[in-house]
Amino acid sequence: MRDAKEDREQALLPPTSRRGFLECMAWAGAGLVWSLSGGVLSSRALADVARNAKTGRGPGARRSGGLHFVQISDTHIGFDKDANPDPVATAREAIARINALADEPAFLLHTGDLTHAQKPGAFDTVAGLLQEARVGGVFTVPGEHDVFSDGGKEYLARFGRGTQGSGWQSFDHGGAHFVGLVNVLGFQNANVGALGAEQIAWLERDVAGLSSSTPVVVFAHIPLWAVYPEWGWATHDGAQALGVLKRFGSVTVLNGHIHQVLQKTEGNVTFHSALSTAYPQPAPGTAKGPGPLKVPAEELRTHLGLREVTWHGKPGPLVVVDSKLG
Amino acid sequence: MDRQHTRRPRRARRLALAMGAVFACLAVGVRAATASGASPAQIRIESFVFDPPTLEVASGATVTWINRDEELHAVTSAEGLFASPGIDTDEQFSFRFEKPGTYEYRCALHPHMHGTVIVR
Repeated sequence: MRDAKEDREQALLPPTSRRGFLECMAWAGAGLVWSLSGGVLSSRALADVARNAKTGRGPGARRSGGLHFVQISDTHIGFDKDANPDPVATAREAIARINALADEPAFLLHTGDLTHAQKPGAFDTVAGLLQEARVGGVFTVPGEHDVFSDGGKEYLARFGRGTQGSGWQSFDHGGAHFVGLVNVLGFQNANVGALGAEQIAWLERDVAGLSSSTPVVVFAHIPLWAVYPEWGWATHDGAQALGVLKRFGSVTVLNGHIHQVLQKTEGNVTFHSALSTAYPQPAPGTAKGPGPLKVPAEELRTHLGLREVTWHGKPGPLVVVDSKLG
Repeated sequence: MDRQHTRRPRRARRLALAMGAVFACLAVGVRAATASGASPAQIRIESFVFDPPTLEVASGATVTWINRDEELHAVTSAEGLFASPGIDTDEQFSFRFEKPGTYEYRCALHPHMHGTVIVR
C-alpha cells in the first residue's frame, strides 16, 4: 500500500514513468456502455460488461495490454447556490468511487471548470481533492471558470506543468495518443469556444509522426462539435482541429462544460460529453440559459457522475462507461 | 371677474415659464451628473440577456451592470478596455467610459451573451 506522499509524487511524474495499465470493467454503478461497432453507436447494460469482465469474453473482457483511465468534470469548487450547496462533498464522492475500483486507473482526466469563477481558495481545495484520488496521475484542461479573470495565469502556475501555450498537451499511453486542448480562451471573437490558429498548428505538428492506426483520445472542456451554439456549446474552430485528425481510424473526444451525457458519432470520431460532479444543467434549449439546474436535493446525485474508459489494445473502440453518483 | 380671468392665465404662464426654467436646470443638472459619473447608467443582466442590449451614454458616464440571474456572469470588452471579475447574483460592476466610440462586450463565462455601449 502506498502512502499519501507517494500518491502526490506519482501525480507529478511525467506520463512515461507512470505505472503500467490495469484493466477492469467491474463497476458498481447504474451506467450504460456506449461503443462503436460498424459505425453505429450501441448501448449495453453495465451488468453485461461486468459479466464479460468475469468471463473474459465479449466487450469489457479483461485482456493483457490496453488502457484504463477515469474522467471527472466540472467540479465547480466554490459554487454555493441552491443547486448544490456543497460541491466539495459531491466531488469527494466521485473520487471515492474511483478509489473503490478493483484496479487502479492509470490516470484521471479532469475536463475543466475545476473551480467556480476562480473563487479565493478554490484552486487550493481542488488540488487537495485531486490528490485524494488513487490514480497513476492527473491531467487537466481548464474550463472558462478557471481562466476568465486572469487569462489562465493561476491555472497554469498550478496545473500547467508539462503543457504548452495556454495549457495544451499530449502524451502516449497504452498504445493510444492523448491530446488535451484548450478552447476556453479567445471568447472575444466568437460566441462559442475557440482553439486558435497557434494551437491547431501545434496539433498538426503533434500528430504528424503518428501512424493512422493509433487511437487518438482528445480531451477538452467545451464540446468540439456544435451541441447548441445558441448557448455557446460549440467550438468555433473545432471542425478544423477534427480535420487534422481525419486520417486516424479511431478518434474519441471527451469533454465537459454542459453537465450532461451526450454522444455523437461522425465517421471515425465519437464524441462523449460528461456529467458534472457539482450540478446539472438544462438540456439544450429547454431553459432561458445554461445555468445551474435546481433539482430536489434527494435527486441531485442522479444527475452527477463520473466516467471510466477502457481499451483493450486491439483494433476496436474505446469503451466509455458513464456512472452516476446516486 | 374679467380681471381675475385675465390675470389667472398670466400667472399660469409665469408659473409655466418658471417651472420650465426649473426643469431645464434639472435637466442640465442630470446631464452634468451623468457626465461626472455621479448618476450611472444601468444595464440589467437577467435570463442570460443584457438589458438594454445597446446603451447610449455621454462621454465620461459610468455604466453599471447589475446581475439579476442566479448564475454568475462577467462582462469583458472585446478590445480589452475593461474586464469585470465574476458578478454573482445581485452584485454589480461599474466602468467609466471616457472617450466617444462604440464598445462591444460579452459575458466572459457565456460568450453567446453580448451587448454594446455607445459613448457620444
